[in-house]
Amino acid sequence: MTKNLRVKSSEFIDETSRISFKFDGKTYYGFKGDTLASALLANNVHLIGRSFKYHRPRGIMTSGSEEPNAIVQINPNSNITEPNARATEIEIYEGLEASSQNCWPSVNFDIGGINNFLSPFLPAGFYYKTFMWPKSFWEKYEFFIRHSAGLGKSPTTKDPDIYDHRNIHCDVLVVGAGISGILAAKNAAKNNYKTLLLDEKNELGGSTIFETNENKKINNTFSSEWLKKEISELKNIKNLEIKTRTSVAAYHQYNYLLARENLTDHLEKKDKKNKIRQRLLKIRAKKVILATGALERPLVFNNNDRPGIMLSSAVKKYSDFYGVACGVKNIFFTNNDTAYESALSLHNKGIKVAAIIDIRENSDAKIIKKTNDAGIKIYWSHTIVDTSGYKRLSDVSIMKLSNDGMSVTGSKTSISCDCLGIAGGWTPAVHLYTQSGNKLTFDEDRNVFVPKADNSAQICVGSCGGDFELDEIIKNLSNKLKNFLNISQTDFEDISLENDKETSKRNIWLLPSDKPTGKTKPFVDYQNDATAKDIKLALREGFRSIEHVKRYTTTGMGTDQGKLGNMHALGIIADTAGVKMGELGTTTFRPPYTPLTFGTIVGRNVGEFFDTFRRTPMNDWHIKNKAEFENVGQWKRAWYYPINDETMHQAVQRESKAARKSAGILDASTLGKIDIQGSDASEFLNRVYTNAWSKLAIGKCRYGLMLNEDGMVFDDGVTTRLGENHYIMTTTTGGAANVLSKLEDYLQTEWPELDLYLTSVTDHFATASLCGPNSKKILNKIIPELDLSDENFPHMSFKEVTIDKIKCRIMRISFTGEQSYEINAPASFGEAIWEKCIEAGKEFDITPYGTETMHLLRAEKGFIIVGQDTDGTMTPIDLQMDWIVSKKKYDFIGKRSLYRSDTMKENRKQLVGLLTEDPNIVLEEGAQIVSELNQKPVEMLGHVTSSYFSPNLNKSIALAVVRDGKNMRGKKLFIPMENKNISVTVSSTIFFDEENKRINA
Amino acid sequence: MFLINCPYCGERDQQEFKAGGEAHIERPKQPTELSDDQWAEYLFMRKNIKGVQFERWNHAHGCRKWFNMARDTSNDEIKAIYKMGEKPPPQ
Ligand SMILES: [Zn+2]
Repeated sequence: MTKNLRVKSSEFIDETSRISFKFDGKTYYGFKGDTLASALLANNVHLIGRSFKYHRPRGIMTSGSEEPNAIVQINPNSNITEPNARATEIEIYEGLEASSQNCWPSVNFDIGGINNFLSPFLPAGFYYKTFMWPKSFWEKYEFFIRHSAGLGKSPTTKDPDIYDHRNIHCDVLVVGAGISGILAAKNAAKNNYKTLLLDEKNELGGSTIFETNENKKINNTFSSEWLKKEISELKNIKNLEIKTRTSVAAYHQYNYLLARENLTDHLEKKDKKNKIRQRLLKIRAKKVILATGALERPLVFNNNDRPGIMLSSAVKKYSDFYGVACGVKNIFFTNNDTAYESALSLHNKGIKVAAIIDIRENSDAKIIKKTNDAGIKIYWSHTIVDTSGYKRLSDVSIMKLSNDGMSVTGSKTSISCDCLGIAGGWTPAVHLYTQSGNKLTFDEDRNVFVPKADNSAQICVGSCGGDFELDEIIKNLSNKLKNFLNISQTDFEDISLENDKETSKRNIWLLPSDKPTGKTKPFVDYQNDATAKDIKLALREGFRSIEHVKRYTTTGMGTDQGKLGNMHALGIIADTAGVKMGELGTTTFRPPYTPLTFGTIVGRNVGEFFDTFRRTPMNDWHIKNKAEFENVGQWKRAWYYPINDETMHQAVQRESKAARKSAGILDASTLGKIDIQGSDASEFLNRVYTNAWSKLAIGKCRYGLMLNEDGMVFDDGVTTRLGENHYIMTTTTGGAANVLSKLEDYLQTEWPELDLYLTSVTDHFATASLCGPNSKKILNKIIPELDLSDENFPHMSFKEVTIDKIKCRIMRISFTGEQSYEINAPASFGEAIWEKCIEAGKEFDITPYGTETMHLLRAEKGFIIVGQDTDGTMTPIDLQMDWIVSKKKYDFIGKRSLYRSDTMKENRKQLVGLLTEDPNIVLEEGAQIVSELNQKPVEMLGHVTSSYFSPNLNKSIALAVVRDGKNMRGKKLFIPMENKNISVTVSSTIFFDEENKRINA
Repeated sequence: MFLINCPYCGERDQQEFKAGGEAHIERPKQPTELSDDQWAEYLFMRKNIKGVQFERWNHAHGCRKWFNMARDTSNDEIKAIYKMGEKPPPQ
C-alpha cells in the first residue's frame, strides 16, 4: 500500500535529486534533504520496529534526536553494521540500507509480540524478580532474554572508518542554532568574541526556519523569512565558526565540552571513501551559551504508542519542512495551544484535520478562533481513553473528562484517523546544563524544570532557559547577552514582534481511562516499555527515591535516556506519593546526550597507535635474530631466541645452560636510569635506600632496596658512584617512571633544602650485559688495554672506557650469579657495541638470551624481582633480606614502618624456596600453598611467585611467599591443583652456588 | 576535566596533571620517636572532606613541579593554587 504522501514542495527538499534506499529489504524513494523518517513517512510507512519488552509495533514519534521508537539497524547485512540509529536523524543517501530492530522474524510478524499478550505477567522489575533465581539458571535466562530482546546487532569486524579528534579553544561556544543560538552567536562574534556555533542538524534555524505562523511575525514578515536573512549575514562575520551535523555529547566542568561532528554519514558510499567519518571536538570555551531549545512532551493515556501517534510538533515539521503528510486523516490531542498551530499548518496545506481533542475547558487564544473558522472540530474537556489499530492507528475513543480530571464521564465516541499528533507542552532541553553540574528549579505554574541560575561562564537562552514565547525569547535573550558578553547593545533589540500568546495549559500527568489503570497501557518510556502502571507498582512496593524507581522500572534507561517521558514519570510519582515535583528532584542526565560510537571516542588511537611502544637500540638485531618479544610496560623486550623449531621451553633451557657454561648476552637497555648530581646526592641516597651510602667509594657499585613509607618494598637496583657528587641509579624496567616521580616528590616537598638534581637518562644509554665464565675473555678482546683483573676491576665496581672512540661505562655487576659486565653505551651506538660483543664472543659460543632466561638464572640464585616475588605487602624482612636494612641509619623512607606491630609480627608471609618432591614437576606461578590436605576449610598459607625448571640443577625450583615461611625450612607442604596434589619441601631461596663463588670464577 | 593553572606554566588541561592527595601533611622529622598510633596518623589518616580541601598536584606531563591546590570537592571548583611551602590561603 505505498502511497505518496508528499504534499507540497519544500525549499528544504531537493525534489530534482531522487534517492533510492532500502528499508527491511524493500526499495523506496525519497529526495535529497530527507531523513530516513521523512522519506518513509512520505511512502506511508509508519511501522518501524518493535518495542523492547512487549514487542509492540512502534512507529516514528518525533523528528529529532529524542526519538525513542524509530530505531534502526544500518547496513543490516554487512559485518560492519551499525545498530540503534535513529531514523529521524539519518539523512538518506543513494544506497542506504536500514532494517527494523528488535523483531524476529520480521517487523510485520514478530514472535516476541506474544509478550504483549503476556504483559500482565511482565510487570516492573519482572526481570529482577524472576531471572535472579535460582542463580545458576542465569546463563540460560540470559540467552533467552538476549535473543528475544535483540537490542540490534553489533558489527562483527573491525571498524574500517577513520575517526579524528580536534581540540578547539574559543571565547564563546553557542550550542544550538535555533533563533536564539543564531542571534547569540552573531552578537558574540560581532563583538570580537571568537565564537563557535554548533547544531546537530544539517540546517540552521531550528524550528523557526519553517515557521509561517501569521500570528508570530518579526518586522512584519514571517519569522522564518526574517531568520533566513539573519543566517545569510553570518558568513560575512569573521570570528565565527559554524559547524552543523555536530551534536554536543558531554558538557564537563570548566566549560570543557565534547561534540561529535558527523562528516560523511549523509554521503553515499563512493563519497565516503578515505574520508574521516566523525570527528570528536574537544572544546574549551571561556563562555558557553546553551540554546538547546525544548522538547515537546507526549501525553500519557491508554495505548498511546501505536504507529501513527506522533508529537504534534513532529507532524508539523514533517509537513512544513519536509512537505510530508503523516496521515490522510489527522487528529490532534492537546493540553495547550501549540497543537492548533500544527493543525492549522496542515489544514493550510490541504491535509485533513478531523478533530482536535483538548483536555482544557477552553482557550481564548486567537489561534482558536482561526481553527474554528477553518471548520476543525474541537472537543473541549475531552480525553482519549483508548486507541486501536495494531500496526497503524485506526481509531481513537474519546470521553469527557470529569472536572477534577481524575476520571471520565458520559459516553464514548470513536473517531477514525491514521495519525494522531499529541501535544503535552514543552520541556526545556536542560540535559547539557545539568551535565555541567548545575541545578534545576521546578516552576510549579508551568510544570517545567528550568535552570536555576546563570553564571559568568554559562547562560541558557531561549526555550532551553524556560522562555517559550517569541517575544519573551527575544527580549530576554537581548538582556542576557548584554550582561553576559558585557556589551551595551544587541543588533536585534529594536525589532518589532507580533506574538499570539499561549493562554492556558492544563497539566494531567496520567490521563484517565474508562478502564482501571491496571487494565490499561499508558506508556511513559516508549523505548523501555515502562508504563504508568509499572511506576505505580514500584511505589506500592516501597520504592521512593526517583533514582530507585527509575532503575526498577527501567524508565529513562534506554538509549534516549527518556528524553520524552521523564517528566511524566516524575509527575506520576509525585501525584501518587502526594509530594511536590520540586521536592522530588530529577534523575541525573549523564553524558552522552546522544550515543557515540567507540570509533569517535578513540579517534586515531587504534591498532599500533593505541599505546606507545618503546624499543631498545638493539631492537633490529633482535628481530634479525628471530627473537620472540614480550611486553614489559611499554617496552618490547627480547623474550627468547628460538633456533629452528625450538619451543620456548627448549630455547630457554639452552640459553640458561649456555650463560653459565660459557657466555651469554642480554639486552638490559630497558632498566631505568636516573642521573643524580649535587652536593647532597649521598645524603639523598641515604634517605631513599634502606642501606648506607655515605661510604661508597667513587667507582664502586651497590645494590639498593627502596621502600614505600609503609615499609613495603617498592623498587630495587644498583647505583654507581661516578664521582664525588655524581651517581647513576638503575631501577627496574617497569618501575622507572614511578621511582623518578617518587624521588622528585620527596625532593620537592619534604627535602627542598637538599642540593641535587634528578635526570632520567633511561633512553640515553643502551646496555649490553655480558655474563658467564668467559665474559672476561670476551671483554678483553674488545678492550685489550683495560686491566680486567679482580684487583683492578673487582665485582661491584665501574670503569669508564673508550671502545672505538665511543665512551662507555662498564659496571661489573651480576643479576645471574655469574661473572658479568654491563656495558653502557650512548643509545645511538648501542647496536654497534652489541654487535661487537657478539663478534668477539663467537669463539666462546656467546648466546644471546632474553628476559625469560634472565628470570630463570636469577631465580636459581634467589634474587627477587620486585613486582613478581613482591606485591606491595612484603617488607625486606619478609624477603629475608634483613642484611640490606641499615640498623645504624637514623631514618630512611619506610624505616619507621618496619617497627610497627603489624610489620614486626612473626607469622607474616615470607619468601622461601620450594623444591618439588618429583623434580620434574614445575609448579604453576600463583598456585596456592597449604599444609594440610584434609582440613576444611583449608588455610591458604601463601602462593608460588616464581617457578622454573632449572637446567643447571636439572630440577624444578620455585620461590614462594608462605606464612611463617622462615621457620618452615625442610617442612613438607602441598600445592593442591585441579587433578593432583603436589608435594613440596621448603628450602633456602638460593638454589645455585650458595657460596657465590662463580662471581669471581 | 579541570583546567589547572600551573604556577609555573599557566593554564593546562587536567590530563597533564597527577593528583597527590591531601596537602600540608609534613613527614615527621623524627619518626623513630613516634608511637605506632602517631606514625599511623601520619601514614594512613586522611580527611577526605566534602568542601574545600587542600591537595597536592603535580604537573607530571609538564614542568613536573609539585604545587598545592584548594579545591571544593563538592563541585570541583578550584579556589586557589599556590606553591609548595606556601601557606594555604584563608578561606
Ligand atoms: Zn607546570
